[in-house]
Amino acid sequence: MKILVPVKQAALVEDDFELRDDGRDVDPDFVDLQLNEWDDYSLEAALQLKEANDGIEVVAVTVGDDDTEDALRTCLAKGADRAIRIWDDVIADADPLVIARVLAAVAQREAPDLVLAGTQSSDLGFSATGVAMAAFMGWPHAAVVVALDYAPGAATAIVERELEGGLRERLEVDCPAVLTIQLGINTPRYASLRGIKQARSIPIEELSPDELGLEDQDIGEQARGSRVREMYLPDKGQAEMIEGTPAEQAARIAAIVKEVMGG
Amino acid sequence: MAQGILVIAEQRRGVMSPVTQELIGAARAVKADIGGSLSVAIIAGDPKALADSVKLDGVDEVLLLPVEANEFQPDLHVAAALQAVEERDPALVLMSHSVDGWGYGAALAVRAAAGFATDVFAIQVDDGEVVAVRGAYGERAHAKIEFPGRERVVLALRPSAFTAAEGATDCSVTTLAVPDTAVRSRHLEFIDPPSEGGVDIPAAEFILSIGRGVGEEENVEEFAELADQVGAVLGCSRPIADAGWLPKARQVGYSGKTASSCRLYLALGISGSVQHLAGMKHIENIIAVNSDANAGIFNVARYGVVGDMFEVGQELRQHFD
Ligand SMILES: Cc1cc2nc3c(=O)[nH]c(=O)nc-3n(C[C@H](O)[C@H](O)[C@H](O)COP(=O)(O)OP(=O)(O)OC[C@H]3O[C@@H](n4cnc5c(N)ncnc54)[C@H](O)[C@@H]3O)c2cc1C
Ligand SMILES: Nc1ncnc2c1ncn2[C@@H]1O[C@H](COP(=O)(O)O)[C@@H](O)[C@H]1O
Repeated sequence: MKILVPVKQAALVEDDFELRDDGRDVDPDFVDLQLNEWDDYSLEAALQLKEANDGIEVVAVTVGDDDTEDALRTCLAKGADRAIRIWDDVIADADPLVIARVLAAVAQREAPDLVLAGTQSSDLGFSATGVAMAAFMGWPHAAVVVALDYAPGAATAIVERELEGGLRERLEVDCPAVLTIQLGINTPRYASLRGIKQARSIPIEELSPDELGLEDQDIGEQARGSRVREMYLPDKGQAEMIEGTPAEQAARIAAIVKEVMGG
Repeated sequence: MAQGILVIAEQRRGVMSPVTQELIGAARAVKADIGGSLSVAIIAGDPKALADSVKLDGVDEVLLLPVEANEFQPDLHVAAALQAVEERDPALVLMSHSVDGWGYGAALAVRAAAGFATDVFAIQVDDGEVVAVRGAYGERAHAKIEFPGRERVVLALRPSAFTAAEGATDCSVTTLAVPDTAVRSRHLEFIDPPSEGGVDIPAAEFILSIGRGVGEEENVEEFAELADQVGAVLGCSRPIADAGWLPKARQVGYSGKTASSCRLYLALGISGSVQHLAGMKHIENIIAVNSDANAGIFNVARYGVVGDMFEVGQELRQHFD
């Protein structure tokens, strides 16, 4: 059986940054890339299923340009069996619905038994891609999963979703399904040196949307659910900044504590 | 042409969620610019029982969509919402960017072929066109989102960002039949959070909270001692609880506790994610210590310290016995 894990190479914006010339995103010069935090957990969930059962193949997939290959290398180093990268310049600045449409086409080709996506991306935080992907595939889905009980080949999985305030919901989901995995479901492993070395020799399959049978109407401008008109820096809050040495700053904090709390 | 606004109410365990009132408030604020009427859809086992709670100022019509599940179920939710969309043809659909919202919003947008944005905290209408505002990169930038070519837009609104609608109104109530739908997941039970073990974040008046800036588990102890010394209850952000460095009962935020009684909140090494802010941004006195001068937490803090939480923490201990 096969588990498909969509992963995103997420953008970590540096402390001081500037916007791109067109004003619609952060200038890539001020961005470091890192595997989306949530995807560490979904990959780990897939790897744990693989280790507990015979014959499970874990396939990591990303929709991204050359710079996103590292995300897949990380997945391979941790134990994913295969990695797929899809790209075409028309996808640049795509919205989650287009990404989901591409991922759905990959799933159609790979025919996995389970898709484990992340609950959200740490950079843009849409919390949309996994569920949109399920909708394009016509699959059942459950979002914000913090516990997963699934035996390969079973008709259903028992999962727990984490709701507001720490409340949980236990539910049964028909499989195959798309689950979006939440932080804390497991403790993600680090890649071993051996794994990192081995991962270098595993080829990454590169595909274009065209090769997946996608056409311009599926992924072009008109397929987007939204478009960024403009990005801007939010107004600074009203915070009064406490300057000085750590000792001076601490003295002021202590004074505020005593003033507000009394004593 | 699509016209008017459809709000999809959120309920759980037979109680209308407070965010529903905010959705209605947001709808009312843009109603005149959008044009048309404002309908509120209730999708539930017994929607009628909840109808009165949404008859608020600005609402023209309550739509009851009975489904065969008392608790949230994505297939039924999408089917019911689509039915309401089909019958009322709204230009704007407002729903909650909540855990249940994440469980169906994107699927609804796909199925309705609508424009879609999530975590929206402001809505503008420019020349009749909807523009949504959301955060990006941990709130360090904001983005205006447009929906070219879309006749209909679904927006998932951030909880606590819009002013709740008030004032009862009398309006019509219509029941719509939800088409037969394959239900592919089943709610089994709710599991309440484990007992607090003596930790009571909602009751605490002074909280010292640590985030990922603490670095390592062995560093947690020195901040537990600091909290003790200054007379604060120790709180934390989610990664600290997820790692098991502190119990879940100390986690402040959307999936943790709300610091309801807090008068002073000292945030050390916490970036200020939306979900952490959900539990503390209402507090009058927030002091944030962060090494990153652009950290989002400074946007809600009353006092800010750009610095190292370890250095500041150690100095702070000199002022308390
Ligand atoms: C459904 C859902 C629910 C969630 N619920 C919650 C919740 O209830 N509560 C919650 O907190 N999160 C929650 N999260 C997670 C949230 O999105 C963030 O991942 C989390 O809040 C980040 O925690 P943090 O600020 O401690 O870590 P980070 O974002 O990693 O920030 C660490 C900060 O420490 C600063 N720093 C580093 N070193 C130092 C130093 N030496 N001195 C001073 N500053 C330093 C850094 O500049 C940075 O700003 C939830 C997420 C989801 C998807
Ligand atoms: N470009 C991408 N390539 C592959 N998977 C993605 C991509 N963007 C988002 N995802 C998946 O969708 C999840 C949620 O992301 P988002 O909807 O962007 O918040 C991520 O954790 C990934 O599993």
